Parts: sequence; C-alpha cells; structure tokens
Amino acid sequence: MTTTAVRVRGLAKRYGDVQAVGGIDLDISPGEVFAILGPNGAGKSTTVEILEGYRKRDAGEVSVLGVDPGRPTREWRSRVGVVLQTANDMTEATVRETVRHFAGYYPDAEDPDAVIEQVGLTEKAGKRVRELSGGQRRRVDVALGVIGRPELLFLDEPTTGFDPEARRRFWDLIQGLAHRGTTIVLTTHYLDEAEALADRVAVIAKGRIVAEGEPATLGGRATAKATVRWAGGSLETDTPTRAVRELSERFDGEVPELTVTRPSLEDVYLGLIGD
Amino acid sequence: MSETVAPASAAPAPASAGPPSVIRVGLSRAAFETRMFFREKDAVIFTFSFPIVLLVIFGSIFKAELEGTGLNVSQLYVAGLIGSAAMTGFQNLGIGIAGDRDDGTLKRLAGTPMPPAAYFVGKALNTLLVSAVQVAILLAIGVAMFELELPSALSDWLTFAWVFVLGVLGSSLLGIAVSSLPRSAKSASAVIAMPFVVLQFISGVFIPISQLPEWVTRVASFFPLKWMCQGFRSVFLGDGGATLELAKSYELDRVALILGAWVVGGLVLCLTTFRWKGRRDG
Repeated sequence: MTTTAVRVRGLAKRYGDVQAVGGIDLDISPGEVFAILGPNGAGKSTTVEILEGYRKRDAGEVSVLGVDPGRPTREWRSRVGVVLQTANDMTEATVRETVRHFAGYYPDAEDPDAVIEQVGLTEKAGKRVRELSGGQRRRVDVALGVIGRPELLFLDEPTTGFDPEARRRFWDLIQGLAHRGTTIVLTTHYLDEAEALADRVAVIAKGRIVAEGEPATLGGRATAKATVRWAGGSLETDTPTRAVRELSERFDGEVPELTVTRPSLEDVYLGLIGD
Repeated sequence: MSETVAPASAAPAPASAGPPSVIRVGLSRAAFETRMFFREKDAVIFTFSFPIVLLVIFGSIFKAELEGTGLNVSQLYVAGLIGSAAMTGFQNLGIGIAGDRDDGTLKRLAGTPMPPAAYFVGKALNTLLVSAVQVAILLAIGVAMFELELPSALSDWLTFAWVFVLGVLGSSLLGIAVSSLPRSAKSASAVIAMPFVVLQFISGVFIPISQLPEWVTRVASFFPLKWMCQGFRSVFLGDGGATLELAKSYELDRVALILGAWVVGGLVLCLTTFRWKGRRDG
C-alpha cells in the first residue's frame, strides 16, 4: 500500500565530473499537480528522466507508484504516462491512426475518439500529424500520454514555443486531467504556468531543491515586505494597509497611480536560483 | 461504436485483462510502419525503382553470352540484383532506425508498455514485405526483358524461399546493429550507404564473382550478400551456371550455414549493442 505517488530520498546522479543531481528528496501525493522549476542544467530533466525510468541513478531511493523506476516493468509502464519535451516522429500518420495504434499497447486503454475529443483535436483527427501546428502536435503528445489511463502523467516543458492563447487553452486541458484525479508532474520554465497549474512547486538549482511549497507562499512570498507605489514615491513596508491609509489622508482621497505588490513568483524564483 | 482499425480490438478487453501479446502488438507495429512507409511517396518510388533502373542499365549494357553455359550476363545480373533487393533491409533499417532514434520515436516507445520485441517484429515484417515486392518486380522485368526463365521445380522455389527469408532476416539484423553507428539521422544515409555499395561490388552483384581478385572474394565471404547471390544464382541460372562459381558448385549447404550464422550473430549483436536513446540524450 503506497500513500505517495512519488517518493525520492537522497537522489544523486553524476556525469563525469559534473554532479547533475546532488541529493534530492521529494514527496508527491496522489492527485497532486507538482511543478519542478529550475534553470537549464540545474538537474531538472535528469531528475524527471530518472523518475520516468529513462535514466539510471547513482544513489538514493526512488519509488514511483510503488515501483523502482530503475527496473521498469511493462505493468508499471502502463500506469505511467510520459509526454516528452520534443518529438518530430510519426509525421505521416493521422491523429486518429496514431492514437488508436498506441491504444493497442495498453491492457485497458481509453476510447481513442474520446481522448482525441478530450485534447480538442476532433476536427483534426483525420489530418496527418505533419500538417498540425506546434500546439496541436503537443495535444497529440498528451493524447498518447493519457490513452492508457495513467495514474501518473509526466509533462516535460509542455508549452515551450506556444503563443499566449494556445498556452491558456493547453492549461485548461491539463486542469481537466487534474480534476479527474491524475497525478501530474510538470517541468516548466514559465512561472505563470507553475502558478496557474501546480498545487505545489519545487525549485531545483545546482542539483538540489532550494525551495518547495505552494506557489502563493513559496520562499516566504506571502509574508515578504509589500511595496507601495504611487505617483511621486514608493516604500517597502510590513504594514501596507496603514501606509495606504496615511497616503489617502495625505492626498485627501484618491492616491494617484496607487499599487500594492508583493514579490512575484518570478522575483522569488530569481532570488532562489541566483548566487 | 466507431469502426475499428486493428482486427484484434474487435472484442473490448475487460479491465482485468493482461497486457496485449507481443505478437499482437508486433503485427500492429508492422501495419503501422507499412502504412507510414507507403505514404512517403518519394521514398517509395526510389526504393522500388533503384534496383529496376540498375537492372535495366546493366542488362542493356552487358549482353555477352557466358561461354559454354547457354546463359547471358543479364541473367547473372537478375540473380545478383535479387540478392541486393533481399538485402534492402540492411539499408532501410540502418537508416530508418537511426531516424527513429533521432526524431524521438524510440524514446517515445520506450516510455510506453510496448514490448521492445514488438518493435523489431514490426520492422522485420515490414522489411520482408518491401523486399518481396522488389524481388517480384525484378523477376517480372527479368522475364519480360532479359530472357530469365523462372524455375519450374518445387525444390528450386523452396531454395528460393529459405535463401530469401534467411537473407532478409540476417541483413535486417545487421541493419539494426549498424543503425547505432551514425551519430545522427542526417549522417545515417552516408554511413550506411557506403558499406552497402562496397558489399554489392565485392559480392558479385555488379561484377561476376569469377572476375574478382581472390582476396576480394575472401573478404566478401564473411558477409551474407555473397551467399545470398550465390543461392539465387542456383535458383535462376540452374546447373548450367554452376561452372561459373569459384567452387564449380553452388555450395548450398555453406549458403545455409553462413546465412543462418548471420541471423544468430546478428541477433546477438542487436541485443548487445542496441541503443534506445540518441547520443545527445546521454
């Protein structure tokens, strides 16, 4: 009986002289959307590829759905969905042919047409994959990732290169999957994406987790000093409400161009990964 | 509800069913690969026209009769090019799998419960089909244009069948093994084409084996193509052509032995060297 979807203790991986991952602990609960953030080369992809069963680790304990991904079995593979970063394969097959073909790999696949509908490609089902836009291709990737009814879905930088509107629509798709109870492990460069989708985030820098928590409170965001700005001045304060009241008295009513902000996730993130 | 593509999926599996069998997934892979292959129109046209063009050119240039055999050189080319066609798998798989490794196909498949053997079953069946079509076209042209006589004895066709199947399998496995050599899909056609062309020259496809220096034929004896061509000559040139062989006989027992050894050795080579990841994936 496992109570965590992913459990990692002391994970380490070295390439030659480079310690890519230097002792990572993670716990991801079933049904959770968990985002892993970090700059390129921080050990993010290495960590996820070890969890996906693509890479061997040097040290540490790893359990994904109760199984060691260092020894992947067919049964385990059919419970885990993987959406890789880039793929340019199967360009000559149509969307429907591709999804149907992959359905044949799984013991209890979902109805291919229902999955195509779910990822919003019903109108493109008869099109060849090569004729699709980048965003539509990623939807095919997601369809292939979920066709086997996975308990856990890995999404590796799923919206890189999307225009803002396509990204919003892709987020709706992922939120739909999360509502159905699929555990999702997401890596991304986009902080707004992590904030929109993730229940919890971990920031990896130089092979270690430097912060972990809910996006709203990560790195003490919620309790950090607020910045009050108005036309002609700004101040940092622990008591922004009082500052606004004083300003309101000083201007005798509306304070021109008033804003009150706390550090954005991006500010926190850049602080965490900087030296 | 909707029409089904795979016949095996006619009965919906209960939730508790085990994973689909290797054979079923392998057949599904073969159907999928074959459908994709025939959609790449330019590749299809060149794959099938290449041996035909070679046959027409060589058969038209060299028409001399082979002394004391009642055969002419063009018939020799038909047998040789059939050997070449049976070895298409070497080139197609060598380049095709390097492409699959580069474009993410292999990595994607490795992330699914598809049994790895099903991938190879799919490739092998696809190759058998493509080679069979090539051979059929070559035979038709040989008969129509170059006085090739199809054998009537069943034993000859049995020889043809085992030489073809062993040859295709051995060279396909060799193709799978060499697919790990190119650093990327871009370099694959250059890396794979060179040894294939050299093998064709030293194995008696373009130049009759009796006209090659001894050391060249000795090198060629290590590879399957020489033996495949020899087997096909025994089928299509008959006893009259045996005097043209180095051993004055077709040595069918050795053909079987060496092609069989390549199938076994190729399998071991594939199992020990196959990479599911590209070099850049580490």
